[in-house]
Amino acid sequence: MRLFSTLLIGLSSGAIYSLMALALVLVWRSTRVVNFAQAGQAIASTYIGYLVISRTDNYWLALPVALVAGALIGALVDVALIRTLNKRVKSGPAAEMAPVIVTLGLLGLIRSTVGMIWGGDLKAYKAPVTNHGFTFGTTTIPFSPYNLLIVITAVIVMAVFSIIFQKTNLGLSLRAAAFQPEIARLAGVRVDLVRTIGWAFAGGAGAVAGVLVTPSNSLSPNSLDLLLVLGFVGAVIGGLESLLGAAIGGVVLGIGLAFILEYVSTSLAFPSAFIVLILVLLIKPSGILGKKGGRGA
Amino acid sequence: MSLIIENLTVRHGAITAIDSLSFRVNERELAAVIGANGAGKTTLLRTLSGLNEPIGGSVTWHGESILHTKPEDLVRRGILHVSDGKTVIPELSVKENLALGGLWRKDKKDVVVATDEVIDLFPRLGERLTQSADTLSGGERQMLAIGRALISRPKLLLLDEPSLGLAPLIIDQIFQTLDSLRHKLGLTVVLVEQNAMSALGIADTGIIINLGKLVTVGKSNDLKSDPNLRAAYLGY
Ligand SMILES: Nc1ncnc2c1ncn2[C@@H]1O[C@H](COP(=O)(O)OP(=O)(O)OP(=O)(O)O)[C@@H](O)[C@H]1O
Ligand SMILES: [Mg+2]
Repeated sequence: MRLFSTLLIGLSSGAIYSLMALALVLVWRSTRVVNFAQAGQAIASTYIGYLVISRTDNYWLALPVALVAGALIGALVDVALIRTLNKRVKSGPAAEMAPVIVTLGLLGLIRSTVGMIWGGDLKAYKAPVTNHGFTFGTTTIPFSPYNLLIVITAVIVMAVFSIIFQKTNLGLSLRAAAFQPEIARLAGVRVDLVRTIGWAFAGGAGAVAGVLVTPSNSLSPNSLDLLLVLGFVGAVIGGLESLLGAAIGGVVLGIGLAFILEYVSTSLAFPSAFIVLILVLLIKPSGILGKKGGRGA
Repeated sequence: MSLIIENLTVRHGAITAIDSLSFRVNERELAAVIGANGAGKTTLLRTLSGLNEPIGGSVTWHGESILHTKPEDLVRRGILHVSDGKTVIPELSVKENLALGGLWRKDKKDVVVATDEVIDLFPRLGERLTQSADTLSGGERQMLAIGRALISRPKLLLLDEPSLGLAPLIIDQIFQTLDSLRHKLGLTVVLVEQNAMSALGIADTGIIINLGKLVTVGKSNDLKSDPNLRAAYLGY
């Protein structure tokens, strides 16, 4: 029972890491930018969700509003910052480092803007279903209806992503533009536009992760920083290039962490993430779904 | 109605890859651009398809400038560039690579017709539709790249060394296919080649360039038999 319950808890937190990992992989593989600002984009979107909940008391309205806000913020970051930057700084070491510095700077900027608008104190909102664990006979496990809801929501988001990416024309353009932008262009794909749509999808996924995780923690301008790190670890475990890999990487990390916390040590979430990362990389250096040279869908 | 290039100059940093180059290709003509390594052939095609920005000169197609235009917009005007080497997207399936050629087109019925035509033309692609393009041989990749361009219903086809890395037998096949296609579809073609003999064999016009400058333009038959050119540029 303890084993099973640990697995379920890991699955639930892993589902959230997967969403964050997905957001990071989407941007990385299309733009080659390690997007530290994703934590900021997600926190801004989550605050917007919080605003909706505090006005309407309706979580189910807040989630899609935050998602759309996240998508718009993502698109804006690409158009206003990354696109301009890539046009100005084309080659050399600056071209590699500049976007990273810019996203780090943007993370700081968004955090302080959010702090100025909503204050630095902890905010909270309740989950739409209970966070109290399921009870079987006389035992209550930590896994709650809200955890179940997290898993279901994440699965739905990923299913929609996978349908868009694998079955639609937009998805084909997104993959072509990410894998071989020049050939995609020569085939008629509007690569700049498609990239911005990729950033929007990433922003949306990050926003959902933020809204889902917050009832279990609390909301402050930097409350999603740990999630960003865990999302990165999940993305690297998954091989950095593949959306399916990001999903699996997040879940592997979630379950690995849950087991370490349950059976080894209760206070080492942060170092444990890296233990899981190192273990996976020792076994398969290119990540679970990573290929040596190429990239997977 | 033709492709007119005047005083085109393109630089890569300090290197002038195309130096005040002028020539024209009439509609429905096949022009072979011949030159040694580093002559500027790829740069020329990349400039015609919008991938490289020139620093001077003009290029018009059907009387309208095509410079300073994005490749994806030129595709919509019927200008299709099949680049050298990496011509297909290896991470996508053969079917998806072909589909890219029709994604932007409004006439979806004709995309289906064009796709069927391409599969008739290259049955090897038809047998491998669900395979990843990564698994194709060099010749099959070239067929896939040309097939994808055909699905876009090109008017001006820019081909960069379609013979690169292929066995002589396959090269002959590709060139024969190209020759019959362009007559059937009324294509205007700029064919860049180091394989001068094969290229001039199917070309109307030959354009010989060296270090970014025009050496000579002429009927391909005349060029083939010019002993000076043969020794200096054609290598046979
Ligand atoms: N991206 C680039 N940066 C710097 N120099 C370049 C670049 N691309 C081409 N060049 C230079 O421009 C010149 C022309 O190159 P280009 O590739 O157009 O020649 P080519 O005729 O296609 O040669 P090949 O037959 O080897 O393909 C060469 O001197 C080359 O080194
Ligand atoms: Mg070349």
